Amino acid sequence: MSRKVLLDSNQIHIILHRLACQLVENHTDFKDTVLIGIQPRGIFVAKRIEEILKQEYGLTDLRTGQLDITFYRDDFRRGEKPLEANKTRIDFIVEDKRVVFIDDVLYTGRSIRAALTAIQSFGRPREIELLSLIDRRFSRHLPIQPDYNGRQVDAINEEKVKVSWQENDGEDAVYLISK
Amino acid sequence: MSSELSVKHLLGIKYLQKEDIELIFKTADHFKEVINRPIKKVPSLRDITIANLFFENSTRTRLSFELAEKRLSADVINFSAASSSVKKGETLIDTVNNILSMKVDMVVMRHPNPGAGIFLSKHVNASIVNAGDGAHEHPTQALLDSYSIRERLGEVAGKKVVIVGDILHSRVALSNIFALKLQGAEVKVCGPKTLIPKHIESLGVGVETNLKAALEWCDVANMLRVQNERMDISYFPSTREYVKQFGLNLPLLESLKKEIVIMHPGPINRGVEITSDVADSDHAIILDQVQNGVAVRMAVIYLLAAKIKQ
Repeated sequence: MSRKVLLDSNQIHIILHRLACQLVENHTDFKDTVLIGIQPRGIFVAKRIEEILKQEYGLTDLRTGQLDITFYRDDFRRGEKPLEANKTRIDFIVEDKRVVFIDDVLYTGRSIRAALTAIQSFGRPREIELLSLIDRRFSRHLPIQPDYNGRQVDAINEEKVKVSWQENDGEDAVYLISK
Repeated sequence: MSSELSVKHLLGIKYLQKEDIELIFKTADHFKEVINRPIKKVPSLRDITIANLFFENSTRTRLSFELAEKRLSADVINFSAASSSVKKGETLIDTVNNILSMKVDMVVMRHPNPGAGIFLSKHVNASIVNAGDGAHEHPTQALLDSYSIRERLGEVAGKKVVIVGDILHSRVALSNIFALKLQGAEVKVCGPKTLIPKHIESLGVGVETNLKAALEWCDVANMLRVQNERMDISYFPSTREYVKQFGLNLPLLESLKKEIVIMHPGPINRGVEITSDVADSDHAIILDQVQNGVAVRMAVIYLLAAKIKQ
């Protein structure tokens, strides 16, 4: 098994700031915007983006949530073992809101497909955008593309892209892991 | 913790591991959040069909199961013995196999005979959920009772629970004893001696015939209904005498030195095992039990469905 560094902590820092800046460019005061981190690993990206928006742009009353998609997945009963669910925390109605999904790696697009269904349980959003830190292009199963994109990565199916976070894994880094 | 149950059917608490209960509760936490959303439905089980077979009357359990199934997007068919070919002499296996040949994946069954679910699980090819078999077990009720205790008191381990009333005819009592002991709670039963099974101590529970003493001891009191319909002989002289000795009323509750939680699996006979002022007081979590019932049953069905391979 070999491990290659795709992004180090400094590069991640720069990318996150750029993504936050692009969000501000489109959403200005975030009055009707809600940021939704996709469980389990999108919540770390969402937290970082939220901190930058608060500290650098003074956006203190951001609405944020966490969405778990386990019960909306299209591979229930198809895998070896059922996946464990995570907590959903959305304390508001998304009716007529501009929703931004935030995830770490966009791969087949199936998670986002599930998230698009799941979010409807909280109302009908005016629009939904997607922000992903890593876009594994050429490996999509569905016609889903990110609106805000950290870094495009070309990886084959046997390889894995792993995003590590200081608060969870002890360091900020993105690795390409091949068998 | 495993993300999978150790069993293929839910026939009784007796067949579960402690980890199974933990997994069911953890999953139920998520479903409790789901059923409090504006849209209370997830699509997980859209390719699963469930038959609810009720060979014995039920309102609450049946509605709760049906709602749980629908909240998971399963297709549901209902069957009650009153309007079926059972009356024409069909056997249980034949009835169920006929239903299964219509491509049903899971059977939720209530039956007056103890062991009916276990019998069925050996003869038909579907996941079986026991929704009450005679005076044997009612596993989902015990799970939702423990879940409600956990929700109110933080955990079940170490808590003292007294089950009051007709223990002899109660499947709720037996399943609760198994579930509570498995999770490390202390259990006593309390009621007229005629309604407490002999040798119940062998299950590791204490026996108390004085209600006040039992209430002083416990953190939680689970008040059972007197099941007149299952009594072929007279087990106590009169309802009035039962109420005097084993009925819970507000003055008695307030005379205790501590606050206790009151539970009841329903249906309540108001004024018999529990008075209205107690049932409607803040001590009672009876309606929480009902709400939790849907979430717990969703968890059970979801986790069993996950084991049905395509």
